[in-house]
Amino acid sequence: MHKQNFSKIIIYCFLIVVALMCLVPFYSMFITSTHTNSDIARKLLLLPGDQFFENYNRLIGTVNIWRGFINTTFITVTATVLNVYFAALAGYGFSKYHFRFKNVLFLFVLGTMMIPGQLGIIGFYRLMETFHMLDTYWPLILPAISNAFGIFLMRQFADSSVPMEVIESARMDGYGEIQLFNRIVLPMMSPAIATLGIFAFIGKWNDFLTPLIVLFDNDKQTLPVMIASVKSQFSSDFGAQYVGIVISVVPILIFFSFMSKRIISGVAAGAVKG
Amino acid sequence: MNAKLNKSHYGYLFIAPFFISFGIFGLIPILYTLYLSFMKWDGFSDPVYVGFANYSRLLHDSFFYQTIGNTLIIWIMSIIPQLVLALVLALILNEKFIRGKHFFRAIYFFPHIVTPVTLAVLFFLMFDWQTGTVNKILMSIGMVEDPINWFNSPMWSRIIVATVICWQYFGFNMIVFIAGLQSVPNEVFEAAEVDGATKWQTITRITLPMLRPVFLFTFITSVIGGLQLFDSALMLGDGPGNTTRTMVMYLYQTAFKTFDYSYGAAVAYGIFIVVMIFTAFTARLTMKKE
Repeated sequence: MHKQNFSKIIIYCFLIVVALMCLVPFYSMFITSTHTNSDIARKLLLLPGDQFFENYNRLIGTVNIWRGFINTTFITVTATVLNVYFAALAGYGFSKYHFRFKNVLFLFVLGTMMIPGQLGIIGFYRLMETFHMLDTYWPLILPAISNAFGIFLMRQFADSSVPMEVIESARMDGYGEIQLFNRIVLPMMSPAIATLGIFAFIGKWNDFLTPLIVLFDNDKQTLPVMIASVKSQFSSDFGAQYVGIVISVVPILIFFSFMSKRIISGVAAGAVKG
Repeated sequence: MNAKLNKSHYGYLFIAPFFISFGIFGLIPILYTLYLSFMKWDGFSDPVYVGFANYSRLLHDSFFYQTIGNTLIIWIMSIIPQLVLALVLALILNEKFIRGKHFFRAIYFFPHIVTPVTLAVLFFLMFDWQTGTVNKILMSIGMVEDPINWFNSPMWSRIIVATVICWQYFGFNMIVFIAGLQSVPNEVFEAAEVDGATKWQTITRITLPMLRPVFLFTFITSVIGGLQLFDSALMLGDGPGNTTRTMVMYLYQTAFKTFDYSYGAAVAYGIFIVVMIFTAFTARLTMKKE
């Protein structure tokens, strides 16, 4: 019994040390953002100071980081909605309809997941130039329609949890096929929609390479690209850089503290299916 | 019957958006990139056909080989601690007696949802040799006399890039492993307990073999993801003597910094081939052990 208690203590210590490794960089970030540059350079800072707004004003004077925040939110929400809707539509199509070449087409969808994302990036840039879509949000939003992982996830869900009887009886009631999907099937798929929505949202929020190459106007830029430009524009102003990353972390922290159970169980559900 | 047959055409309608969108935003760019890789093109004048010139240049490009090596080294340095840590934590947090499971899981997972660019900038600032927190801590506890210039050393630079990635992904992999563990039916463990198996025996003989498919899947997919490392590596820079420049960073710099689109296209296909080779290699290696 004594030995068991001892090993329990060791295990908890290990868990706490790893937890501290996760939290200390964020703590250090908050603390450092509240001090002057000369203090940041000279001292080890462990307690908050009072210079946050000084640093903040210098940052905001050059980089409109809240604008980046709004831009990213708009792009992410729009792309996530498209992503989830069309993945559900195609997943349901593969699950409940019988048509020729269905299996070959489904294998093709899965095969597209193996293609590294950067393979076509130069052609993508050129094509967007031809479409006059450079410096617009279209190249960031429209490709969300084709999400192979989402289709896979949605097909699995539709196979197991959307019974054929419900579809048949809705047809008896006179629903058209598209109406049937929108009114009956889509609500039934909401657990899978939540899971995919979380994946799509996190992925899009963090998207960096595409906005970096297709957007030129600073006011249209997304948050990750703005953070990258803060790093180069304020290379010797550490206080302002720290404020920049604080602003990009805090909303995620708040969002996560309310939604962590949901997000983690969504990720776990998606991982088991994948 | 006839009505049912007609309905089946809706299947095509429902899957059509995927194929249209993938065709326009995925396939055409990929083919156009292939076309460009056989051209000489600077972005202004008309492209000129040059055959395999870009590819033969690529085969003799020591910078490209260096980026392959860098990417592999950084990947290996991040994947091993990342998977070991994720596995150990998953095994611990799957135990019944642990309290505050959700709390720990949430903390470990949190770095995963913070933007990689932000994390990399944060690490860059913390490891800054004059102003960074890490040197301040090491000096105040007396581990070093003078600040270490981390980003002047190829080894440290790679370790820092690998640390950022490891730190960002171990929590995610842990969640995947826990999900895998929870799909093992409880009766299996109860039976082992009845048979008098020790904790250690249960883990090595039952839990780990059952987790094997999940573990291999994570490992293989991490090859694809890890070899495309870009965001955080770009923020930490090329490193001394380009030792932390990854393959995709090289692609980005060639195409969008020096505007050599046609050579960049060849680099893109070079990366594709390297990724495919290593994915096949890893998959084979893990199958063989099976």
